Amino acid sequence: MAEEKPKLQRQAMCDRLAMEFQDDWIVNLGVGMPTLCSNYVDPNKDLIFHSENGVIGYGPLAPAGEEDKHLVNAGGQNVVPVPGMAIVHHADSFALIRGGMVDVTVMGAYEVAENGDFANWRIPNRKGGGIGGAMDLAACAKQVFIAMEHTTRDGKPRMLKRCALPITAPGVVTLVATDLGLFKVTAEGFELREHAPGWNPEEIQELTEADLLIPSDLKEFRFRD
Amino acid sequence: MKNKIFQTFDEALADVPDGSTFMSPGFSGVGVPRNLLAALHRQGAKNLTGISNNCGSLDEKVDVGTLIEAGQVKKMYAAFTSPTHPSQISPFVRMFNEGTIDAETVPQGTLAERIRAAASGIGAFYTPASVGTELAEGKEHREINGRTYVLEYPLHADYALIRAWRADEFGNLQFRLAQRNFNPIMAMAARITVVEIEDEIVPVGELDPDKIHVPGVYVNRLVKIPADGIFD
Repeated sequence: MAEEKPKLQRQAMCDRLAMEFQDDWIVNLGVGMPTLCSNYVDPNKDLIFHSENGVIGYGPLAPAGEEDKHLVNAGGQNVVPVPGMAIVHHADSFALIRGGMVDVTVMGAYEVAENGDFANWRIPNRKGGGIGGAMDLAACAKQVFIAMEHTTRDGKPRMLKRCALPITAPGVVTLVATDLGLFKVTAEGFELREHAPGWNPEEIQELTEADLLIPSDLKEFRFRD
Repeated sequence: MKNKIFQTFDEALADVPDGSTFMSPGFSGVGVPRNLLAALHRQGAKNLTGISNNCGSLDEKVDVGTLIEAGQVKKMYAAFTSPTHPSQISPFVRMFNEGTIDAETVPQGTLAERIRAAASGIGAFYTPASVGTELAEGKEHREINGRTYVLEYPLHADYALIRAWRADEFGNLQFRLAQRNFNPIMAMAARITVVEIEDEIVPVGELDPDKIHVPGVYVNRLVKIPADGIFD
């Protein structure tokens, strides 16, 4: 039974996306799983973490007892300031986003489609949704990375030909890490770049609605050293 | 100089009529004017329209959700018309889905810019956020230099309820760290701006003019949070 094989842990998925961050990038991490990306530290890269509440250049989570109640990231977690941090109000924070300053935003999603669409703000049969800053970020960041489980809790694919849920932005996703591998969004569709250990492309395809492109240089998933 | 200092939150909001539009700032529980919201709840004004990042959190603290749950609000403009995880049910979600409250979901950057536009006399603006999604449906689209934008209009308010760190007696305001969020733009966008002060209200002239986040000309009423008030 393929489903019973071990899959990638969330931290490994976020580590892998964080490995793609480049020196001097301004990085915006969505609430939930994507915040794990900040646990991957590469001493050769200086990253600037931006949070939509106007904090530009925040550091790790604040140790217990050292929280400053006025300093939180997008998920409401207390973080520590880093030297050079700057604070702006909400309109200026989104001016930075829409102005194209954010190099990458990492978000969770319910669905990603092979055309780069993704959905992460509304569920069926419910009015309203939690869009937050996701539409502004998705439309305006230079790259959109997605971290999500490969299938729903009841085993249905999330990597689709077309999104069924209302989308957050069309055609913006560039890279997806799931618990089964790393996928690049290309003009031809999802390309499986790296597979989880013990999973072959056929098994991953079985749990994917979209047709996967399997390159000749397919590699095993890269973990932190 | 006109006295802007009120002794109680109740006095500062006594004149809010039914049908008013109010702005309530705050992000992830920081910079929320909880004392003023509690006073507006006690005051009991009804048929209010609220403009806020969210529609109330799931914790027990006083926030815009307190007014919603009490039935004082008829419509919300918010970036979160569900909790961050849409499967969670807040009192607002229940009322919205039952049809007892109306709401417009606004992408957070568009929400901030609509407030800023109201504050700065801008008639409308084009933004790329939400293009290609259901939130852009029915809105005017325009292609400018090869990119598609949607037209968005300002959001004005009668009252802004503001939480600031420090003020002088004229109403010049300073915020601390992420407390700032929506506070400055809302303070500038409403007809009547009422501020609760966390640290202190100092005499005019004591704040460095280069370190003022909202000029006092926008501020109408100030209340220092008393020792037994809500600070977090």
